[in-house]
Amino acid sequence: MKIKFWGVRGSIPVPGPNTIKYGGNTTCIEIRTDDGQLIILDAGTGIFALSQTLLREMPLTANVFISHTHWDHIQGLPFFIPIFIPSNTLRLHGAFDPISGRGIEQIMEVQLQYSYFPVREAEMKAKIEYETLMPEQSVQIGATTITPTLLNHPVINFGYRVDCNGKSVFFTGDHEPHYNIYAPDDEGHDEYQTLIEDKEKAIIEAMRGVDVLIADSSYTIEEYPSKKGWGHGTFDSSIAMGKKAGAKIVYCTHHEPTRNDDVLQREFEKVLARHPRQDGDPEYRLAGEGEEIEI
Amino acid sequence: MNPISPELAKKLTMAVERMPAFPKSVQKILELTRNLDVQPKDLVQVIEKDPVMTVKILRVLNSAYYSLPNKITSVNHSVVYLGFNTIKNLALSIAAVGILPKHTIAGFDIQQYLLHSLTTAGIAKLLGGKLAGTDPMDCYIAGLLHDFGKVVFAQFLPNDFNQAMLKSIRENISLHLAEQQVIGVDHTVVGSMLAEKWQFPQTLVDCIRNHHSPDNGEGGIWASVYAANQISKKMAFGDSGNPVIEQIPPTICNYFGGDIDEIIATLGDLSKIAEEAILFSQVESNP
Repeated sequence: MKIKFWGVRGSIPVPGPNTIKYGGNTTCIEIRTDDGQLIILDAGTGIFALSQTLLREMPLTANVFISHTHWDHIQGLPFFIPIFIPSNTLRLHGAFDPISGRGIEQIMEVQLQYSYFPVREAEMKAKIEYETLMPEQSVQIGATTITPTLLNHPVINFGYRVDCNGKSVFFTGDHEPHYNIYAPDDEGHDEYQTLIEDKEKAIIEAMRGVDVLIADSSYTIEEYPSKKGWGHGTFDSSIAMGKKAGAKIVYCTHHEPTRNDDVLQREFEKVLARHPRQDGDPEYRLAGEGEEIEI
Repeated sequence: MNPISPELAKKLTMAVERMPAFPKSVQKILELTRNLDVQPKDLVQVIEKDPVMTVKILRVLNSAYYSLPNKITSVNHSVVYLGFNTIKNLALSIAAVGILPKHTIAGFDIQQYLLHSLTTAGIAKLLGGKLAGTDPMDCYIAGLLHDFGKVVFAQFLPNDFNQAMLKSIRENISLHLAEQQVIGVDHTVVGSMLAEKWQFPQTLVDCIRNHHSPDNGEGGIWASVYAANQISKKMAFGDSGNPVIEQIPPTICNYFGGDIDEIIATLGDLSKIAEEAILFSQVESNP
C-alpha cells in the first residue's frame, strides 16, 4: 500500500515561508491499497489539495475515517471537491458521540449549518454514506481491514489500524498517553494504575508490529507539563509507543502550529539524540506534507 | 416469567432518561466544573456516590457503541475508557436534567435511601476484599445500585410505592414482599430489568435481581451485597424504606465464615463509611 501525507499540522493551518518544508495544512493522510481502494484518514485542510488530484479518477468512492471531530481533523471536509459531483460516493466513518447521543452522521449537519457554509448537505451531489464504528470492530474495504481503537483525547478519538496483504499502518489521531489521576497515596491510585496499564497494553497490542505508526507528537517533553490533560502526546511518547509495539517506522505528526521548520527540525534532532537507535528499534521520522511511502 | 408488562418496562426505561440526580452531586458537579482545572479524581468521587449518575454513565459505557467486555465497570474505568472530559461533560448533562427532591418523594426519604445505598456499597466493598477472585469495586457498584428499583418506583409509581411502604410497616413484612402485593412486581425485578435493558454485565443484573433471594444467587459480588445490605440495616445506617432486617442465610455466611454479628466483627470500625455517606447524602436546608 501507499501512504501519502497531505496535512501534518495540529490545531490550525499555518501556511507561509516558515513552514514550507513540513507543510502548514492540518491532518489528512491518503492511503492507496493494493487493490486500488482510496482510504483517507482525517479531513483536515490537507484534504483540499488531495481532492484536486482525484478529479481524473471520477466516479470514485472515498472511504474517509475520522479520528475525532475537532476542527483540525474535519475542516477540509466541505472542500472535498468530489462531494459536489454526482456519481461519486463519500463514505464517512467515525465514532459515536456519547454527549450528543449521535453517531458520525451528525458531522456534516453540524459543520454545514447555513450561517457557516453556503451549501447544505442535501445539496451535495455525491452520495454520502455514514458508518458509525465501534471500538475493536473491524470494517472491511475490499482486501483491507480497518480496526478502530479508543484512544485518549478530550472527545472520543479513534486510532485506526489499516491492514492489507500483510502490510499495516496505525494512525493515532490525537492521543495523550494515560496518566494516573490519583496521587500515589490516594485510595484509588492502585485501581486506576491497573486500569491504565491494561488500557495501555491493549493500545500497544492494537498497533503491534505495524510497518508504519503515525503518532500525535504535538509537544516536547519540556512543553508537556503545562499541557497535561489537553489530549496530545510528545515526541518521546510516540517513540516509546513505537518501540513497545515493534513498529518499523514511526512518523511523528500533528506538529505544533507555532513551530517553524527550523525549530521543528532542531527539536526533533534533540529527541533523536535522546533516543539513539538500538538494533530492532523503529526508524523515526518527522511527517512532512507531500511525503509518500510505499510499504 | 417476567412479571413486568412490555408497556411498563418501556415506560420505566424512558422515564429514567429524564430522571434527575441527587441534590448534593448535582450541586458538586456544577461547583467543580466551574473551575477549568478541576481535578479528575474529585469529579469521580462525586459521580460514584450518586446511583443515578453512576447508572447513566455506566449505561453509555455498556451501550452497543462501546461493546465493552461483559464485566462490571467502575467510574474510574469509564474515565480511562472514554476520557475525563467526556465523563465530565456527561456528568454536566446529567446535572442539567435537574435534581431529585431534597427530602422525600411519596413518603420515600431520598437522603435516607442514599445513605443506605452508600453504606451498603462501602460495606460490600470491604466484604468483597475478603474474597479471592472478587473485585471490591464491582461489589461497591453493585451495592450502590442494588436498590435502584426503589427510587424508580418512588419517582414514577409514587402512589403504589407509598402504599407498599405503608403495608410493609403495618404488617412488618419486607418491603419487596409488600411491593409484590401492591405493585405486582418488586424493586429487584424492576432494577434488574433496567440493568438488563442497559446491557449491564450479567453479574450486576443478577446481583440486583437476587439481593433478597438467598437461594437464587451465587458468587462473591452477590454474597457481599446481600450481606452488606442487611449489615447496613442492622447498623441503622440510613433507611431504604424496609423495616425488616432479614437473616443472612447460611449459603452467604459460608462465604465469610460466620453469622451477621461475626461478619460485622471482622469489618472493624464502620463509622468512617457511615460518616462519609452522611456527609454526602445530607443537603443543607438553605436553597
